[in-house]
Amino acid sequence: MSEVVIQTKDLTRVYKRDQFEVTALKDASIEIRKGEFVALMGPSGSGKSTLLYLIAAMERPTSGTIDVLGQDLRALSDKQVAQWRNIHVGFVFQSFNLIPVLTAIENVELPLLLTNLNAKERREHATTALSLVGLGDRLTHLPKQLSGGQEQRVAIARALVTDPDLILADEPTGNLDSQSAQDVLTMLRTLNQEHGKTVVMVTHDPHAASFASKARYLEKGALLPEGHVPQDWFVRPA
Amino acid sequence: MRKGSTAELSSNFARTSYQDLKFKAGIQRDAKGEPMASLEMVTILNLASVDAPDGMNITLRGLPPVGIAMRQQVKLLEGRWFDTGKREVVVGKSIAKRFPDARLGGKLKFARGEWQVVGVMDGGRSAVNSEIFADLNQASSDYNRSEVLSSCLIRATDEVAVQALVNDLNADIKLNVDAQTELAYYAAQTVSAAPIQFLGLFVSVIMAVGSCFAAMNTMYAAVARRAKEIGTLRVLGFARSSILTSFFIESMLLSLLGGALGCLLVLPLNNIETGIGNFVTFSEIAFSFQITPAIMAIGMGFALVLGALGGLFPARSAARKEILTALREV
Repeated sequence: MSEVVIQTKDLTRVYKRDQFEVTALKDASIEIRKGEFVALMGPSGSGKSTLLYLIAAMERPTSGTIDVLGQDLRALSDKQVAQWRNIHVGFVFQSFNLIPVLTAIENVELPLLLTNLNAKERREHATTALSLVGLGDRLTHLPKQLSGGQEQRVAIARALVTDPDLILADEPTGNLDSQSAQDVLTMLRTLNQEHGKTVVMVTHDPHAASFASKARYLEKGALLPEGHVPQDWFVRPA
Repeated sequence: MRKGSTAELSSNFARTSYQDLKFKAGIQRDAKGEPMASLEMVTILNLASVDAPDGMNITLRGLPPVGIAMRQQVKLLEGRWFDTGKREVVVGKSIAKRFPDARLGGKLKFARGEWQVVGVMDGGRSAVNSEIFADLNQASSDYNRSEVLSSCLIRATDEVAVQALVNDLNADIKLNVDAQTELAYYAAQTVSAAPIQFLGLFVSVIMAVGSCFAAMNTMYAAVARRAKEIGTLRVLGFARSSILTSFFIESMLLSLLGGALGCLLVLPLNNIETGIGNFVTFSEIAFSFQITPAIMAIGMGFALVLGALGGLFPARSAARKEILTALREV
């Protein structure tokens, strides 16, 4: 059995808006092992994205524990969290989030600016990452000169350029046509199966989830036990 | 000047005082052994200028040849010096430039007749550029002021003798004069420039505050527009301090660019001459805009400070954004 890379126990996140409190995630306990490709599924508002943000240390839990790659994320300062994320986590957004004024290669180079690599090495790493996602011939294109699928591939290249242990994807195919979505999901599966990356992907698309090795469902802020699916899941419109 | 006077124009200096004064100890003598003391008459006359067709007050100074010799900074640009006993004048270069009648060869009508412009002088950066020089005796006789003139310019033998001479003259009750160094006199005269200086500073401060808010507004807009980028950079591992620094530097660079542009825009004003009324002498004082490298450097420095002040709060607000809040902003 491979080592546990993500472990949460009774993880709870409560948002306070004015005098109201909204519990986005309640007592979620999950273990994800190295080399797994886990799809977090559930309807809107189920808490799947909140769980992903907590794993990425983009948010702090209200209560409960969270250990990622052996690190208690609650113990890190803001600055340490940023550094930790840069080294260990590659994040893929639904809407790509590329910097519009930078070329593809410059976007991919961004996370490397925080490393000790020199300019030449950074360029080499970024070129390799872009070649890996099939965009070796689009290095100097601006995001607006690329299709949605290509933009998401640039975003994947940016996520893997630092060679992180963990790739987190938040609805990575949500803004893509079916062919581009297929390409992106295949790419994530390749990263998982051939490069041994642990992938956690949030999706509400069963087809996307079929690329993962395991699916976990959330409903109304609660993580359902492994193998459980929300009762009305299949009658909901996709 | 006579005791109690604050300017040459309002001073009545008697010729008899001059006779007593010029033989005082400590006064420099010229090559001929004559004391370097120049009795002078100052009055104002009205000339029509390019800017003011109805006329502006100009200082007319009647002085003897020794008075010209004593003003070593004054050089003749064109023509010649006036002849004594003739209605001839030499005008300052600012006057020649701005008053059509006062050009070389022109004729000015004042006092009892027409005065020929026979020369144009350059007084360096002194007030002489805004004055008209004429022969003392001719001018004082035309104005019927042969006995009551305005002031006397004297040169001390050396720097050490200056204060002693000033004290000696002030202590002499019979002379009834208020002696002071040229430096002290002109320092007092330039108080008329104080309101302009104040106005300049006031406008600068208002503009600076405005620019500061403009810079702040621009940077707040930039932060709002790029919220998603800020969130993305934070997710990629950039710390809050990196975000703060980048926006801060951006603000400074924009201000520097604005400062450089401002410097370029004011360059055409360099050396432009204009004039204002002097409320002490009731005549015009010409001045020119000097855009020196030092002034441009101060301007750029000022722009940097404004950029820093205007950029600080938006940069701080960018750095303080929570990642998810930033990512969700449109």
